[in-house]
Amino acid sequence: MEKPLLSVRNLTIDIPVGGGTLHAVRGIDFDLNRGETLCIVGESGSGKSLTSLAVMGLLGKTIRRTADRMDFDGTDLTRANPRTMRKLRGARMSMIFQEPMTSLNPAYTIGDQLTEALLLHKPVGREAARARAVELLEKVGITAAESRLSQYPHQLSGGLRQRVMIAMALMCEPELIIADEPTTALDVTIQAQILRLLYDLGREMNMAMILITHDLGVVARVADKVAVMYAGELVETGPAADVFNTPSHPYTRGLLRCIPLPGKTERGSTLGTIPGIVPSLVGDIEGCAFRTRCPYAEAACRSEIPRQGSAGHAFRCIHEDGKRQAEEATA
Amino acid sequence: MLTFILKRLGLAVLVAFTVSFISFSLLFLAGDPAAALAGETASGEDIESLRKLYGFDRPMLVQYGDWLFSAIQGDFGESYYFRLPVASLIAERLSVTMTLGVCGISFALLTAVPLGVAAAIRPNSIIDRVALFLSVAGQAMPSFWFGLILIVIFAIQLGWLPPSGASSPVHFIMPTIVLGYYAMPAIMRLTRAGMLDVLSSDYIRTARAKGAPEGRVLFRHALRNAIIPVVSLAAVQMGFMLGGSIVVESIFALHGAGYLAWESIARNDLPTVQALILVFSMFYIVFTFLADVLNAWLDPRMRSS
Amino acid sequence: MAHIDNTDPLLQEITGPTPGQMLRKRVFGHQGLLIGAVVLIILLFIAIFAPLLAPHDPYAQSLMNRMEPPVFLGGTWEHPLGTDHLGRDYLSRLIYGARVSLLIGAVAALISGVIGTAMGVAAGYFGGRVDMVVTFLINVRLAMPVVLVALAVVAILGGSLQVVIVVLGLLLWDRFAVVMRASTLQVRGREYVAAARAIGASTPRVILSEIMPNIANNLIVVITLEMAHAILLEAALSFLGLGVQPPTPSWGLMVSEGKNMMLFEPWLVLIPGAVLFLLVLAINLMGDGLRDVTAPENRS
Repeated sequence: MEKPLLSVRNLTIDIPVGGGTLHAVRGIDFDLNRGETLCIVGESGSGKSLTSLAVMGLLGKTIRRTADRMDFDGTDLTRANPRTMRKLRGARMSMIFQEPMTSLNPAYTIGDQLTEALLLHKPVGREAARARAVELLEKVGITAAESRLSQYPHQLSGGLRQRVMIAMALMCEPELIIADEPTTALDVTIQAQILRLLYDLGREMNMAMILITHDLGVVARVADKVAVMYAGELVETGPAADVFNTPSHPYTRGLLRCIPLPGKTERGSTLGTIPGIVPSLVGDIEGCAFRTRCPYAEAACRSEIPRQGSAGHAFRCIHEDGKRQAEEATA
Repeated sequence: MLTFILKRLGLAVLVAFTVSFISFSLLFLAGDPAAALAGETASGEDIESLRKLYGFDRPMLVQYGDWLFSAIQGDFGESYYFRLPVASLIAERLSVTMTLGVCGISFALLTAVPLGVAAAIRPNSIIDRVALFLSVAGQAMPSFWFGLILIVIFAIQLGWLPPSGASSPVHFIMPTIVLGYYAMPAIMRLTRAGMLDVLSSDYIRTARAKGAPEGRVLFRHALRNAIIPVVSLAAVQMGFMLGGSIVVESIFALHGAGYLAWESIARNDLPTVQALILVFSMFYIVFTFLADVLNAWLDPRMRSS
Repeated sequence: MAHIDNTDPLLQEITGPTPGQMLRKRVFGHQGLLIGAVVLIILLFIAIFAPLLAPHDPYAQSLMNRMEPPVFLGGTWEHPLGTDHLGRDYLSRLIYGARVSLLIGAVAALISGVIGTAMGVAAGYFGGRVDMVVTFLINVRLAMPVVLVALAVVAILGGSLQVVIVVLGLLLWDRFAVVMRASTLQVRGREYVAAARAIGASTPRVILSEIMPNIANNLIVVITLEMAHAILLEAALSFLGLGVQPPTPSWGLMVSEGKNMMLFEPWLVLIPGAVLFLLVLAINLMGDGLRDVTAPENRS
């Protein structure tokens, strides 16, 4: 079997806050193979973005990251020094952020910012770097690419800026690209275009991709694997088809009920909601974090929660199949 | 950009005319300028002849027009005390004040910007606390007292520096520190706040995500943006400093324009005082105008609009 | 339906402290603010009860006892901080000097505060031409060198306490106007202002009961900072001999009088300057502290 490009075991992220420690990510595992797309889904504050920043080594100084293993193609990221991380970032792993409006430096031209990573990491000259920038700008669908190089970020629209961000992330042909809700700040029509572009480019260049989103419609279209996060934990992981067809954790099913799926949702039926709020992550959480919102919660949910399912499709719940069949029977 | 410069220039000119009118009107604050000029022992006839001689018998606006017209041509009249043209008196003294001002603002920038950057990189660290202490103390420090303390320590006790005069570069060390320290706190605070703000911005995260070395992130990506407002502030402070040089020059007996202003006020030499107020205001107006233009040029968002 | 277990520790309701409790916590948690306030209150107390606290008449000269050193430099407890070149008790002059500084600071800040706030709020609220005129006036005011103009005017009108106060009050309104204009602009667009206007409240009423309460925190901060500014300026004017005139006990004047003897008796300069520094520092610490604890971003 192929060795995964990225392998993460028991990743924990703690943030010291006024009244204690916020356990933002609480022991998550995942693997990602070359050319594969992993979608991490979950509500705001579930720890999705922090997980991706942890992989990139971009967490703030006050945030504590621990992991049993974080292996990127043979490099142990938990032990990598800042210099090693810097050489990986931008060259072999790169990131696309949520906010195209503020993620480009207002003081420099698009050309300067596009070529920066390439000039930092590869032994290429200015001219070659600019040629590569033009090539990629054309690839991400920007017209008059040559003339864009001398423009400043404020002269471009949000959609264009996000295309520039994508081109920027691709400059060094990274093996891993992390996109943190790359389309939430954009108009709905542009969202689809950008995602399509990202997906096609990923396939074309055989890049592994981690796509962070809370849009399950997107996940259904692009994901190879899905990881569902709730309150800093992975409640369910597996191949996209399995997670969508046999969603085992009650939270996953709750999420799926919230969106209309072509062919699954009946015309005229009401979409679901998940009542309640996410618990505070400050201090320890005993047992299942979802129990306060779960229709199948029992006293046993306060104790240790077993990991069920196969290595491919796993979930955390005390119930046999997360009460999936019971639920389907009543539906 | 060009429209911005023209608009800004128009404002500067308008402000300059208003300031000139105000500084001219100061003459009439005392009531009868002829009586003030003649002194307390003068007879009524003497006052009348002075009034005629200086044209104080004409309407105020006519006198203002006359004065302004000459002032634009560089003629500020004659000093009551020195009996010399005010313009040449000021020109002679201005080099000392300008030297002091340039040294002062350079000292302020060279201490405040590195301190502000260092403090912003590590908030709440020792260096941040030192920077905060220096700025809080600097804002409360009466500059005349600070100057005297420096004289007591470095000129009287240690004998390292000359206490007064302007005959050599060494004479400018203490005045530079006193004047520069006056401008430092505000520049330091603005640099720190600007850097803190910029360092938490998304584009700094982007730069880090590209694998840019920390030094490049801090200086090329962060400071380049944080420094823009500092430029304006430095120009404003430079303008204030020239006005504030009157205190420093009097302590260190530097015979610059500030010292001339002090002497002239004490001697009731109104033409000289008027001219000096106008000259100091002009410096402020020119500096802030240039800073706004520089600012617009540094900020691509303004440059292209 | 989901059966919610109300005793579950995850569901413990998070009840925060009231806004008042939070403000109190921020105030008492802010070292600078506390230190500044305590020092200022002590100096205020000294200024008010100066006649009771001063051991001697600050104006009483005694040519027999000139330039006596303070007690820590070998002097006597009769004059704990020694005497000046006219034999006047230095401690008593310092105590009465606190009155001069605080009076000038408070009244000048009040005058400039009224002028600047009126201009700034008008500019921010009405916008358009009013704003243009006010902004222009602020520009003109900033272009005038404060120390020079103040010196010249005081020299022409004669240096008395009243003249110095009025001149400073008429010169220091710029920061009030700038800050109040910006704050009003910020508040003007809020829904509650629109709501007040929608129910037909008059303009003065909207300004007084909707705008002012919401920009008062910024006003208080500027008042403290301008008070410190006025105190420093008075001291500088008096030091240059063109502010408060002798024999009034002003700290700036005391430094100026001590300057000639500085070579032999540096304490004559050090003591009044240090007290001045302390007062201004206390006011600034309080102003900075007030800004910190009332800033909206610290309220969460």
